Amino acid sequence: MADLHKTPLHALHVSLGAKMVPFAGYDMPVQYPLGVMKEHLHTRAKAGLFDVSHMGQVIVQGATYADAAAGLEQLIPVDILGLAPGRQRYGFFTNDAGGITDDLMLANRGDHIFMVVNAACKAADIADMKASLKPELTVTEITDRALLALQGPAAEAVLTALDARASDMAFMDVATLELAGVTAWVSRSGYTGEDGYEISIPATDAARVAQALLDHADVEPVGLGARDSLRLEAGLCLYGHDIDTTTSPVEAALTWAIQKVRRAGGERAGGFPGADHILDDIKNGPTRKRVGLLPDGRAPMREGVVLFADKDATDPLGAITSGGFGPTIGGPMAMGYVAADYAGIGTRIYGELRGKRQPLTVTKLPFTPANFKR
Amino acid sequence: MKYTEEHEWLRADGDVYVVGITEHATTQLGDLVFVELPEVGATVSKDDEIVVIESVKAASDIMAPVDGEIIEVNTALADDPSLANSDAVGAGWFFKIKPSDPSQLDDMMDEAAYNAMIG
Repeated sequence: MADLHKTPLHALHVSLGAKMVPFAGYDMPVQYPLGVMKEHLHTRAKAGLFDVSHMGQVIVQGATYADAAAGLEQLIPVDILGLAPGRQRYGFFTNDAGGITDDLMLANRGDHIFMVVNAACKAADIADMKASLKPELTVTEITDRALLALQGPAAEAVLTALDARASDMAFMDVATLELAGVTAWVSRSGYTGEDGYEISIPATDAARVAQALLDHADVEPVGLGARDSLRLEAGLCLYGHDIDTTTSPVEAALTWAIQKVRRAGGERAGGFPGADHILDDIKNGPTRKRVGLLPDGRAPMREGVVLFADKDATDPLGAITSGGFGPTIGGPMAMGYVAADYAGIGTRIYGELRGKRQPLTVTKLPFTPANFKR
Repeated sequence: MKYTEEHEWLRADGDVYVVGITEHATTQLGDLVFVELPEVGATVSKDDEIVVIESVKAASDIMAPVDGEIIEVNTALADDPSLANSDAVGAGWFFKIKPSDPSQLDDMMDEAAYNAMIG
């Protein structure tokens, strides 16, 4: 195996007794001694601290914010020009076929755009931006900063104890805070469905800030295992599984992220890769849709399980793209794509598990209610 | 107690054997959330995949340790798979099997050999 990268918190994970696994080229903690189930439940009850330093942190800058925003709008079907200073927005890069090449968070930090992209996609994202954007725009990967996520109902109290301004932030606000003497780029967001923060800090100070957060009685370290079950309960897509280059944002039920100004009839309609396909999908409806799925019984149905309309159907309706056990809901849960006719809430379909067709119900996402501070 | 390389333990109970998986195995698997047990009365062959177990993260199979007949299964475990985590060699047992060829147990490890294998 090629040498794995280590995040600035690697030694801390090992000292905390984490089980380390390779993930997107990094040696990452999948769980700590508490275990996936308790880490998940602790995050929903109090607060979990996640190391997400493997993700790409990128700054795009031009002469003005608007220059950088206008450039990125040619790659991302989102209203970036209209994003207010100190605000963050979800988006995705698209390809000419209308598929998704990565999903990301992007923030207006005054004179530049700060984005967080997926670890596995970051090299390609940066290469694409450098190749596509005008030379006046600079694209800089930030490699000397760690990224932490503090998630859960106690996150506000924990972070506010380090910098009182944390409580002034609303969901999807970004700000610069001082945490244990360290300048931190903070957003009020996350990947769990809970309130919380994502915190970019210099790598050299990362272990100290992480320890200051872990010193709070309500905070436990949480690994990638629980990160996955938390995001699935929250109905959030995992790139490479629930969305990829073959899924359009409309099929993926992400149309909400394409603001009206970028849709047909909008002031800046289209103008991004695959716009014809995506705007047509919005107008006419997609042929398949991403839906939530609840299996009957206790057996989890995982990624790859093929879905059928009934016990005898020979042609599949689609397949599960993420599935597992939801500790908060106390049972199995899944997401997947089904033919649009079968995407209605309450539709009963079947998944083929170990050679047997087992029933599932198409279910509203998220499985657990979002707990954001709007 | 006898042990297999697949991290199963077997404990004699008259002419049948109680079978489960070791604490080492359940620790590696993490919190179990689903167990599908074989049917009572089923005739199975050594290495048949007869139990499905799922942790929060992944599914695995448990194989029949010997040829034989399934005499009883632990329905309490199907209702509460976490028993295998909390009491792997006690309340977390999986099934009882009556070997058709008890000599198949001769090659299995004792506790010292199993502990040496898992290091």
